[in-house]
Amino acid sequence: MTGSARPAGGAPVPSDERRHGFLELRDLRIHFPTDDGLVRSVDGLSFTLERGRTLGIVGESGSGKSVTSLGILGLHKDGRARISGEIWLDGEELVSASAEHVRTLRGKKMAMIFQDPLSAMHPYYTVGAQIIEAYRIHHQVSKAVARKHAVDLLGRVGIPQPDRRVDSYPHEFSGGMRQRAMIAMALSCDPELLIADEPTTALDVTVQAQILDLMRDLQQEFDSALIVITHDLGVVAELSDDILVMYGGKCVEYGTAEDIFDRPEHPYTWGLLGSMPRLDRERTERLLPIKGSPPSLINVPSGCAFHPRCGYEPRTGGLGSTEVPELAAADGGHDGGHLVRCHLPREERRAIWENEIKPTLESA
Amino acid sequence: MVTYIIRRLIWGVVMLAIVSMITFAIFFLVPRLAGATSESLASRYVGRTATAEQVTLAAEKLGFNDPLIVQYGRFAKGIVAGADYDYGPGVERCPAPCLGYSFLTRLPVWPDLLNRIPVTMSLAAGAAIIWLLSGVGTGVISALRRGSFFDRAAMSVALAGVSLPIFFTGIVSLVLFSYGRPLAITAPGGSYTPINENPAMWAYSLILPWITLAFLYAAGYARLTRSGMLETMNEDYIRTARAKGLPERVVVVKHGLRGALTPIVTIFGLDVGLLMGGAVLTESTFSLPGLGKYSIDAIVNQDLPKVMGVVLVTAFFVVLANLLVDLLYAVVDPRVRLS
Repeated sequence: MTGSARPAGGAPVPSDERRHGFLELRDLRIHFPTDDGLVRSVDGLSFTLERGRTLGIVGESGSGKSVTSLGILGLHKDGRARISGEIWLDGEELVSASAEHVRTLRGKKMAMIFQDPLSAMHPYYTVGAQIIEAYRIHHQVSKAVARKHAVDLLGRVGIPQPDRRVDSYPHEFSGGMRQRAMIAMALSCDPELLIADEPTTALDVTVQAQILDLMRDLQQEFDSALIVITHDLGVVAELSDDILVMYGGKCVEYGTAEDIFDRPEHPYTWGLLGSMPRLDRERTERLLPIKGSPPSLINVPSGCAFHPRCGYEPRTGGLGSTEVPELAAADGGHDGGHLVRCHLPREERRAIWENEIKPTLESA
Repeated sequence: MVTYIIRRLIWGVVMLAIVSMITFAIFFLVPRLAGATSESLASRYVGRTATAEQVTLAAEKLGFNDPLIVQYGRFAKGIVAGADYDYGPGVERCPAPCLGYSFLTRLPVWPDLLNRIPVTMSLAAGAAIIWLLSGVGTGVISALRRGSFFDRAAMSVALAGVSLPIFFTGIVSLVLFSYGRPLAITAPGGSYTPINENPAMWAYSLILPWITLAFLYAAGYARLTRSGMLETMNEDYIRTARAKGLPERVVVVKHGLRGALTPIVTIFGLDVGLLMGGAVLTESTFSLPGLGKYSIDAIVNQDLPKVMGVVLVTAFFVVLANLLVDLLYAVVDPRVRLS
């Protein structure tokens, strides 16, 4: 994870000969020029993800999570976005690759599961037709073969009577079934990188658990790299090996799931943990929302983007509002893999977590 | 599905009956309210040279003295079963569907209409194909290149198309392409050739009316398609289609256009249905012997049976088009259940 420790303000480093991770983002920036100004949706994001691992990207709406995932898929290559940095996928650089080349990878090498499959699936085509379409665009097979493949897939994701349901329309499925069908569609070409954008947001809780189980099983079966994008820490806790916390288009904390849940160091991560409902806590106790609202991505707050909402900003001695903190190794990490972007001194962060934050989260 | 069609067909017949009542009322009840007598109505049937006694006799024989409901019953029966007309010298059999006799030519209206329908149908079908292809095509490109020069130019032309009346564009195009020396490449107005006589001449004689009429409609379709496409291309399922790795062309046509098709199908059905009743201005401008020209001539001559005939035929086509549109809905959008 040394690659991700690069300062956010640094220029993109030219690709060298060293081996890249299966998926490696280096200083990715995705900006959208608008009439109101430049929207810095993703502003210097770096991370690495290997096959068989799961990365959870967490953040509020507008933190740049979804833009990142669409950027990896090359869906911002329509000329409206300004993209810089590097995206390496299995040894290929995608930011500089042609849109047409990235298209051939899309759906085959990397696929995406969208939230709310009712609107993400075409209402006028059967579920089967949409899976068949995804398969046949990358494989020269007859319709009959593709159809059999679609039926197999629907069976694999746990849809009963797949040979009949293949001819159903999305509106004839329940929410959970639709999400399963969406997963089947994403899996149709055995993608090596699977991105799930809020995969369970539109589902009720029991179905959520089933879908999460399914995704975990399928990931192990396919040995694919999985990115789960969500604002729900519970989902991330279920699935992820590593967690990346995004705020204002930047990574503010990165670490293993244990790092983030047991030794979080960024005040924003503390806020996220505090606002997570937990069954083991007293019902009467109130959740602790993060004060304020997500930052404008046009006029990003000066210094640390989180400083207007941060209760510990005064302890930075004015640095918080003037200087953008760098993503640096945190104290709690075992191997330097735990990174945090905060001006507070390490010892102080540790102390605040141990003495002020942790007790409030654990009070039962 | 079958029960739905049957039910809709029954409703269609009911609709036609209501339309026939309204037309009947317009042509027989309204003149009465305006002061017309049985004799003044009958005088239209017997000509200007008839004596007062002849007119009275005709009024009696034509049944103008009967209660209105009886008169309507006779009119409706004529359409369904045919009617016998007693002109004094002899009884004339008017086979079903009997829409009466022209005041002017004394010929039954229905065979006249039958002769005119193919002309109108030719005009409507050709124009519909042209405007559908050009209008929808333009709308799609405009939506994809929103704000581009093409978009602005196309939408300006579309605005002109909607605004310019056919008796202007038609005459200008006739002047340019039929009578103007350098560009005279099409047949002059009024030179209609039936398709079964000579298909090439048929198309040649209709090409200018087709394009003129299509221009009027294509404009609306371009605007409708453009706004529909702008909406559907922002849908989540378009993003999904792209995420599958589909080529942009497939994304636009198979996913985008398909999603924007429903309102286009609706308007198209109704437009074609209405046009089948005659494109009055186009047919007049190009002197095409279709239903539109027929009705305008009938109105000018106050030939009521002809006007009524055209109204009923138009109503028939509109009802039919409505039914077809509703059936097409279920084909276009599987979420629509016909019941």
